Amino acid sequence: MCLGIPGQIVELVDETKKLALVSVGGVKRTVNVACIVDDAHPASGLVGTWVLVHVGFAMSRIDAAEAEKTLALLEELGEVQAELQAMADGERA
Amino acid sequence: MKFVDEFRDPTHAAALVREIGERVATLGRSPSRPLKIMEVCGGHTHSIFKYGIEQMLPPSIELVHGPGCPVCVLPVGRVDDAVKIAETPGVLFATYGDAIRVPGSRGSLLDAKAKGADVRTVYSPLDSLALARKNPDKRVVFFGLGFETTAPSTALTVLEAEASGVDNYFVFSNHITILPTIKAILDAPDLSIDGFIGPGHVTMVIGVAAYGFIADTYGKPFVIAGFEPLDVLQSLAMVVEQIARGEAKIENQYRRVVREGGNAVAQDAIERVFELRPHFEWRGLGTIEHSGLTFREPYARFDAEKAFAIRTVPVADPEQCQCGDVLKGVIKPWECKVFGTACTPAVPIGACMVSSEGACAAYYQYGRVSTSARAEARRELKVVR
Repeated sequence: MCLGIPGQIVELVDETKKLALVSVGGVKRTVNVACIVDDAHPASGLVGTWVLVHVGFAMSRIDAAEAEKTLALLEELGEVQAELQAMADGERA
Repeated sequence: MKFVDEFRDPTHAAALVREIGERVATLGRSPSRPLKIMEVCGGHTHSIFKYGIEQMLPPSIELVHGPGCPVCVLPVGRVDDAVKIAETPGVLFATYGDAIRVPGSRGSLLDAKAKGADVRTVYSPLDSLALARKNPDKRVVFFGLGFETTAPSTALTVLEAEASGVDNYFVFSNHITILPTIKAILDAPDLSIDGFIGPGHVTMVIGVAAYGFIADTYGKPFVIAGFEPLDVLQSLAMVVEQIARGEAKIENQYRRVVREGGNAVAQDAIERVFELRPHFEWRGLGTIEHSGLTFREPYARFDAEKAFAIRTVPVADPEQCQCGDVLKGVIKPWECKVFGTACTPAVPIGACMVSSEGACAAYYQYGRVSTSARAEARRELKVVR
């Protein structure tokens, strides 16, 4: 029950009750979006947003830019290692 | 699936494993005196076993599985209370699936259901509120479980029940809080943890700053982590890096989900509905001060403990079960006398074998024996030869 799962908001169901339809891997379910709505992020702009869903509640917006940054770091690590490997191989050659 | 597949890339995993290996090699640790890193959260325990992360790591790192599985730390006495409520005539008892098989001293909720109690499995507290609306002639009780990850959902559901005037809805709150728990681990005399993988989804709610004392007072690295294999590996690399540099900081690997300040709406909901109990009993860890959540006075009418006059009687764990030692990381699941024989997920003796986040269930399901056990077995084999 503690495992969150990413889903994309596809439809606003009830703006006052803060309910939205979220597609999780193709399965759609109404979830409560109260925790991700504030003055800066009104419910009206939710469609298309990726969120993390826990027990029927969207608990966080998934920040695509931050996800990219994390992946870029990993990419870089792989590249640096490949470079070092090439240097080491070059030494031996 | 988006935001999932990218964090399972095997090339990146190999690079991280290599990075961890190179760093650890500089620390002068050995399999007999390993670097001990605890993952606090049961969700991480699950990921670690599912993806075989322990097997990828150098033998001089030991992962200690922490107590962050809310179903596992629920003491027997509280399960008995839940069964007692569920067996009360006119009650419909709603629970997360994780908790239905947890054995109490007189059986589990599933046993109660088999004997005629109306026990339903729900995915969300909202589903339990819907059951209350659909069954006005019944008293509907939701089994409130979990750390700060699920506590806001329970709180928001109670607020919704209040706003819409549902008067046959109750919650049996067993919600718990993470900080006193981590402090209890840090203060435990028989544990020596070098660093922590921090719980991503709890932190998504409570925010990063709350952990400051772990670095400042206890001098331990703490990296808040996501749940995909690359998240866990990257966080391990960050912990090892801190140790190698002689640092102790709170770092956030899971930036795509965890904001510095947490989630204000969720924090407010918890704060409005719940207050801290003076103390709460945990399986294996004993009583921890200010670690449990109960209802504030204005919401007392939703409190199942009051409505059903619950007076929890502490009950000892079954004698053969070593769940407590597993939760503290003192023994590994396979070292328990009944692991995989008398105690299996189908017929569990202890709670750690029930929830998918429990260390015993994870070991059992993914057929892992720890690296140290395999080394032991290899040594024995040599002797035989």
